[in-house]
Amino acid sequence: MEIDLSRPILDHNDRLAAANRARLETAGVFALDVLASPGAGKTTTILATIAALRDSLRIAVIEGDIASTVDADKVKAHGIPAVQINTGGACHLEADMVRRAYDALPLDSLDLVIIENVGNLVCPTEFDLGQGARVVVLSVPEGSDKPLKYPGIFAQTDAVLLNKVDTMHVFDFDEAEFTDSVRRLNGHAPIFRMSAKTGEGVAEWAEWLAERIKAAKPR
Amino acid sequence: MHEFGITQEILTAVVNTSARVGATKVNKVRVTVGELTEVVPDSLQFAWEALTPCTIAEGAVLEVTQTPARSVCTECSTEFAHDRFDRRCTSCGSFMTSVLAGDELRIDDMDVDVAEADEEPGEG
Repeated sequence: MEIDLSRPILDHNDRLAAANRARLETAGVFALDVLASPGAGKTTTILATIAALRDSLRIAVIEGDIASTVDADKVKAHGIPAVQINTGGACHLEADMVRRAYDALPLDSLDLVIIENVGNLVCPTEFDLGQGARVVVLSVPEGSDKPLKYPGIFAQTDAVLLNKVDTMHVFDFDEAEFTDSVRRLNGHAPIFRMSAKTGEGVAEWAEWLAERIKAAKPR
Repeated sequence: MHEFGITQEILTAVVNTSARVGATKVNKVRVTVGELTEVVPDSLQFAWEALTPCTIAEGAVLEVTQTPARSVCTECSTEFAHDRFDRRCTSCGSFMTSVLAGDELRIDDMDVDVAEADEEPGEG
């Protein structure tokens, strides 16, 4: 007997993501999903973003890691609420993990939740978390060829943060090649050159994010 | 290996549907995986073989169809085929394109055996 199913494989995750999205919309909170390889500077970028926006927005952070609370501790040290999700080996966050983290946050008194996904440019690609925007952080030492190795994530991102541009003179990073390969995958995402460490370019990125948050707020 | 999580979702759908229709055996499950997704068909097969033993889907064939990528240009409306790495319009060169096919992650259908109905009371 043949049974027609015709449904998305990730139907369950997609439904939970939709519920997350609705919940945040009701609470007036914007969620930002931050994706990168290990060592690209996700946490430093998040801290720099917080420093740029904390006077105008109430921010919390969800840290996704396979193990440890190192990143959540770093964020809390700056007086920002943080929830650590330990995936226990899983290489990406799923909507249900984020839902449980939301339960531990005072959503009604927040404007922005920054979700630091597990350091990985492949596995998180297909898993919607119910975020308002997705950004990929790519650091200069990783090399300009990365969009060609991880096309899925670069195609699905809303912005690209090219981090550690202060090290450009040390590495063989072909910025024209990088920009071109991102464009071939994604005609919409702006590329922000920045250094989360020195603060270069952070203001432009933060301004873009603040605009997105403002545009998403119910009128 | 996010393919394990994805395969688990396929298996959950198969197990639930089998229970609903009273299946005694699952023969085949068909899924479609777009070329643009970060899902490797071989890894799905590997995960399927690892996850299905001791379930109703034990021994069932997982048939994976990969769909090629197609996009439409939002500037000149040309539809075109492309690879994973370059979605630029082949006609006008615009980067403003939108995917039509190749991003699917879909369970299509499954083939099962169901118990014969002749044991139902009142029959025969």
